[in-house]
Amino acid sequence: MEKKLKYALFTGCTAKESTPEQLMSTYAVAEKLGIELVELSEATCCGASHLQDYDDFLSLVLNARNICYAESRGMTMVTICNTCQLNTAMTKHRLDNDPELKARVNEKLAEVGLEYKGTSEITHFLYAIIDDFGLETLGEKVVTPLSQFNIAPFYGCHNIRPSELQNETHGKAENPYNPNSLDDLIVTLGGVNVDYEEKNKCCGFHAELQAPKTAALLTGKALMGAMDANADWMVTPCPLCHLKLDTQYEHAGHAVGRDVKMPVLHMQQMVGLALGCTPAELGLKHHVSKVNFV
Amino acid sequence: MTTITTQTITFNVFRFNSETDYLPYYKTIEMEVTSEEVVLDILNRIKWDVDGSFSYRRSCRHGICGACAIKVNGKGVLACKERMNDLIELFGTELTLEPLSIKRAVKDMIIDKEDFWKKHEQVKPYLIDEIDEHPESENLVTPKEEAQLLEADYCIQCGLCHYSCPSLENNDSYIGPAAFAAAYRFNADVRDKATLDRLDIVNAPDQGVWDCVKCYECQEVCPKEVNPIEKITKLHNQVFEHGVAINNVATRHAVGFAHSIKKHGLLDEAELVRYSEGTLPMLMKHGKVGFKMFKVGKVVMPWNMPKSDKLDEVKALIKSSSTVKF
Ligand code: SF4
Ligand code: SF4
Ligand code: FES
Repeated sequence: MEKKLKYALFTGCTAKESTPEQLMSTYAVAEKLGIELVELSEATCCGASHLQDYDDFLSLVLNARNICYAESRGMTMVTICNTCQLNTAMTKHRLDNDPELKARVNEKLAEVGLEYKGTSEITHFLYAIIDDFGLETLGEKVVTPLSQFNIAPFYGCHNIRPSELQNETHGKAENPYNPNSLDDLIVTLGGVNVDYEEKNKCCGFHAELQAPKTAALLTGKALMGAMDANADWMVTPCPLCHLKLDTQYEHAGHAVGRDVKMPVLHMQQMVGLALGCTPAELGLKHHVSKVNFV
Repeated sequence: MTTITTQTITFNVFRFNSETDYLPYYKTIEMEVTSEEVVLDILNRIKWDVDGSFSYRRSCRHGICGACAIKVNGKGVLACKERMNDLIELFGTELTLEPLSIKRAVKDMIIDKEDFWKKHEQVKPYLIDEIDEHPESENLVTPKEEAQLLEADYCIQCGLCHYSCPSLENNDSYIGPAAFAAAYRFNADVRDKATLDRLDIVNAPDQGVWDCVKCYECQEVCPKEVNPIEKITKLHNQVFEHGVAINNVATRHAVGFAHSIKKHGLLDEAELVRYSEGTLPMLMKHGKVGFKMFKVGKVVMPWNMPKSDKLDEVKALIKSSSTVKF
């Protein structure tokens, strides 16, 4: 009998705000796969790699608190955002390897009756599907193979770098110079995975306000790379990359001197399409770059 | 005893002589590679056995001089340290050998590193203090104080991080990870007195730490575990700790997270942009995209802003755990 998978879902902020379709499709896919998700309703923003620039200790305390709530439910925490994954896993790594720091953080958490123990694992939904559910089992559940599509994987920095950390959180360690998880997923779902130079590069999201030119160039080059490799659409496990690629194509196009609009799907939407979920369940109308093939 | 194995590898080798070539080209070379070899062995064999004009830099052969840094299939490596077996396992039997930066190529694998050294110089990478010329005792540094440098002192200036940094690749003014690591190294030195000067330099828009896109390429590629992005984060922190943060888009963007979390637990994305940029610039810069997002249901109205449960707990923690003010 298949083991029932159960996770504490850390939604992050974006899935609750500007990428509602990502949350919808996460639940739709979980239901199809029989995965139980218990939302961490107490969780706060992970600080998205910016709060730590302002106040590193505060960022640690808040992330540790989030993990405490996964621990209190006795579950592995599952994230659906690369940056949430990085910040949370990095907090866990730092606290688990530095007893003095852990004690300082726990001193604060004790004020609100919490204690960080380090008992919950942290994984991304992409890796929960690949490592825990298993690609083979997933392949058996495919009802609509994606065989007519050339799909360009876009990994997003924070799932693949720093690899030392990712190796702790992902069973089949990914190599940032030649990552394979998304490619394997695309092939399992019957699609054709497209190779292009920018697939493991940065989309520029985190510098969008502070360094708009750099950010636009990076987004433009990524979209252009996928287009030149004949992709019908792109897919990413990160809602921040998604936002950048889906909504910023106009600035990005100006930066690289080309029209670079193309559909960009969340990893969950791609899985959902192959599992037979409806476009409405997957929130496909919530895209700025229209998903025009369904 | 380990057995030595051999494989045939196809190398695509970048060739360019800035004195005679108009454009670079790639030369295909097939070679038998043994499991014992490192990339530098291949570079040597290309020069010795295939073409004597092939040029590259090397010196120590021990991973400490940084001279032999090149890229293999886009991955920055120290040629004398990188094992061929690992590269074959990662990329297969077709490997492209390129200089660290194609646009700075002088001859084959040799690049002009002038920009690297200029940026390095820009951050004043030396100890600054009024030194007593006739000291009565030694100027001792305790192990604990030395530990503050973290690994920033280990940099061999190979340039791997510098020429892997996408921010730098797209913005010539950006100072870059290696120079930032050096800035941190001297700021963290208890004997140094120029912290504020250096913070002025690394805090400036366009060139400074705020232009880092947080891709972690520098941490990934560094052969000496200097972890430049960690040092960049420390420089960000120093800017606030020393009270020299300039009130601008970049600093407000970092501080805005604390405000949002205090209010909602979660981040109020639209409000963060407004707080960082100001209302009018926000509308001018992002109005059009914002409207498109609104039309497809990607904008949450303030009255619908989701909140974390147990917000009182979050507020209490922010109050008791905050270490800086802005
Ligand atoms: S993390 Fe920042 S400094 Fe490091 S490579 Fe990326 S953009 Fe450059
Ligand atoms: S920080 Fe690391 S990668 Fe960068 S120049 Fe120094 S040793 Fe090389
Ligand atoms: S030759 Fe000195 S680092 Fe490779």
